[in-house]
Amino acid sequence: MSMTPQEIFDTLQARFGDAIIDFTDNLEPWIRVKPESVAEVCAYLHDDDALQFESLMCLSGVDYEAHMTVVYHLSSSSHRHRIALKAEVPRDNPHVPTVEQVWKIANWHEREAYDMFGIVFDGHSDLRRILCPDDWEGYPLRKDYQVQEYYRGIKVEV
Amino acid sequence: MDLRLEGQFNDNVIVTSLDYFINWARLSALWPMTFGLACCAIEMMATGASRYDWDRFGMIPRASPRQSDLMIVAGTVTLKMSSRVKKLYDQMAEPRYVIAMGCCATSGGPYWQHGYHVLKGVDRVIPVDVYVPGCPPRPESLLEGVMSLQEKIRHQTIAKVG
Repeated sequence: MSMTPQEIFDTLQARFGDAIIDFTDNLEPWIRVKPESVAEVCAYLHDDDALQFESLMCLSGVDYEAHMTVVYHLSSSSHRHRIALKAEVPRDNPHVPTVEQVWKIANWHEREAYDMFGIVFDGHSDLRRILCPDDWEGYPLRKDYQVQEYYRGIKVEV
Repeated sequence: MDLRLEGQFNDNVIVTSLDYFINWARLSALWPMTFGLACCAIEMMATGASRYDWDRFGMIPRASPRQSDLMIVAGTVTLKMSSRVKKLYDQMAEPRYVIAMGCCATSGGPYWQHGYHVLKGVDRVIPVDVYVPGCPPRPESLLEGVMSLQEKIRHQTIAKVG
C-alpha cells in the first residue's frame, strides 16, 4: 500500500519526534532530519513493513556555503513510494552517522561524499577517498575549493 | 670490383645503408600497446578493426608494455593515472615512440580550464612524438598520425636512436 510523502512524514514524526524537523512537499518531497538521528531513521524506514524502503537510490552531498547537506533519495519497490531525507551539517566539522549497515551501497556513496565534500560518516567501515588519489589535498566540490598547485611534482593547473 | 664477380649476384644482393634498413624494419612493424583511457579508445579500436585495418602497417596491438614499442595514449589522462602512464612508458623497450591521441592527451582538451583532476597534456609526464588532434580523432586522423610517425622514424639514424 503506497504512502504519500505527508503520511511518511507523519509516521516518522510520531515515532522520532524532535529528530524529524520539517517537511517540504514539492516535485521531489523531502524531510529534514537531525544529522545525529539519520541512522535510526533510515533503519526504521528500511525495516518497517508499511514503509519498506529497500533502495537507497542516491546519497549525495551538497555545499550550501552556510552549511552542508547530505541527501538520501529512497525508494520502495514493494510499496511504490519514494522520499528524500536531508541532514544539514555544519561546514567546519561535518559528521553524519553511516547508513552502511542499512543499505550496503551506501559504502561507496559515502566514500564519494567524503572524497568530494569532506563529510565524515561516523562508523563507516572503510572511509577512504574513492575517486581522487589517496594523497589528494582538499575536497574538490566544496564551493571554496582551491586547487593545489602541484600533485607529486606535476603542475596541476595550466 | 673484380670483373670475375660482375653479374654474379644480380638478383640476390641488395646494397643499402644500415640506417635505411633498420629504419625500414622499425617503421614497418610498430607494435602499439593497447592504451585506451576514454572515448578515443573506441576510435583506436575502430582503427585496428577490419575497416581501417592498421595491420596493413604491420601494427599488432600488444597487451604488455614490454612487447611493444609504440604507446598510443588514447584518451583523458587524469593525475591519478599519470604515474601509471609513466611507469608503463618506462617498462617499454627502446626505441619507443608515443602518439598522443586526441585533445585530452595532447593538452587536457575540454578539461583545460576547470578540470582539476586532468593532466594538461601527457607530454608533461612522457615525451611525445606525434600529436593527433580531434575529439575524438577519426580513424583516418590516427592513421595519418601513424604515417607521420613512420616518416619520422624513416629519417632517424642509429647514431641518435637509442
